[in-house]
Amino acid sequence: MQFVTPLLEGLKVNLEILVVSTLLAFLMAFLAGFGRLAKYRVVRGITLVYVEVFRGTSLLVQLFWMYFALPAMHVNVSAMAAAIIALGLNYGAYGSEVVRSCLLAVPKGQTEASIALNMTYPLRMRRIILPQAWRMMLPGFGNLQIELLKGTSLVYLITLADITYKGMILRSANISQQSLIFAWMLVIYFVVAYALVLLIRYFERRAAVGRG
Amino acid sequence: MWWDWNYAWSIVPELLRAIPITLAATLEGFVLACLLGLPMALAKRSQLRWLSWPVTAIAEFIRCTPLIIQLFFYYYALPSFGIVMSAMTTGVIGLGLHYSTYLAEVYRSGIDSVPRGQWEASRALNFSRGHTWLRIVLPQSVPPTIPVMGNYLIVMFKETPTLSAITLVELLTTAKNIGSQSFRYLEAFTLVGILFLIMSYPSAWLVRKLEVHLGRRERRAASHGR
Repeated sequence: MQFVTPLLEGLKVNLEILVVSTLLAFLMAFLAGFGRLAKYRVVRGITLVYVEVFRGTSLLVQLFWMYFALPAMHVNVSAMAAAIIALGLNYGAYGSEVVRSCLLAVPKGQTEASIALNMTYPLRMRRIILPQAWRMMLPGFGNLQIELLKGTSLVYLITLADITYKGMILRSANISQQSLIFAWMLVIYFVVAYALVLLIRYFERRAAVGRG
Repeated sequence: MWWDWNYAWSIVPELLRAIPITLAATLEGFVLACLLGLPMALAKRSQLRWLSWPVTAIAEFIRCTPLIIQLFFYYYALPSFGIVMSAMTTGVIGLGLHYSTYLAEVYRSGIDSVPRGQWEASRALNFSRGHTWLRIVLPQSVPPTIPVMGNYLIVMFKETPTLSAITLVELLTTAKNIGSQSFRYLEAFTLVGILFLIMSYPSAWLVRKLEVHLGRRERRAASHGR
């Protein structure tokens, strides 16, 4: 048990990154998800490039690029900022596919009916389309949230003092107990992941209230 | 100027030489994941609680914990139990085991998508269990899963840079080594990104094509009343 306290100390960094990059990912997912369906070709083109670049290259490569390569262009970002931006943009790109496909999955009749009722675009989105699409997005977002949590473990490789870093420090001081230390790290991640799963299920249940 | 074209061209051959390792780790890991995923899917669906429960729990644990820590465990902790593996072997096993839990879900959804009537008809025709599985259930559950499996192959390919954490010299490690020799990281890491993109994008396009093709074939088969 003596290893748990320092590991939890490191976990704080992971959770901080998790929360902030989730917010960024949400923002990017909705921006790019709507952007892919925009009226203007330029907007569709730009969002397509963003989504394909971040989905087509690897998360760790993006993380390294932000941290090691950006300074060459005289853009200095801290390791923390690099981690948040890379994770947020990467999972934002994946999330935009969830947003896009769920917006398209709302039956066309819903859009037609709300136009017939003389609803404006914002009202139509807010009251008719998004509430239905949101319910369909939740399972996809849930999966991505777990992937994002796992992705926070990579920030160790860009020198952040996260749970993996703390574990590696503990390991070098207690080499005979390294399997126990690694096991604790896995268990801690599992507990956080499981808590997230429960939270997502709660949201899914809440979104389903009052709908058959 | 930030970007040096001459320098960028000069490091391309060295980066290209790392591609076979990345591809080998991907393919070997994928084959392992496919092979492990099937018994895992069958065990999870099993009616024997003592089999389905532990397998489900272990698969869930592997799926919800980061690959990099799993790799550290296999690479650094297993030798103290007398199991010593090279970085490549560890990487392939780690990657394969991690994604076998994903593929098990893919297989399971494929098997569950076979209509109940097919099972009932097999029983009515007095087919044996083996015959039902091999000739009726699996031939129908495999085709719809192929595009999904293709997607996971691409996902695993993009996951290989994680193996750099256990000292495997794949694309990303090569780029990092090049960068640390010259203190120029921009070209090396940008090129790695471009290489990943030009390898994964056409593959993703092929998978999408396959998906459309299989969907069309399925519809045609359905309309012919097969």
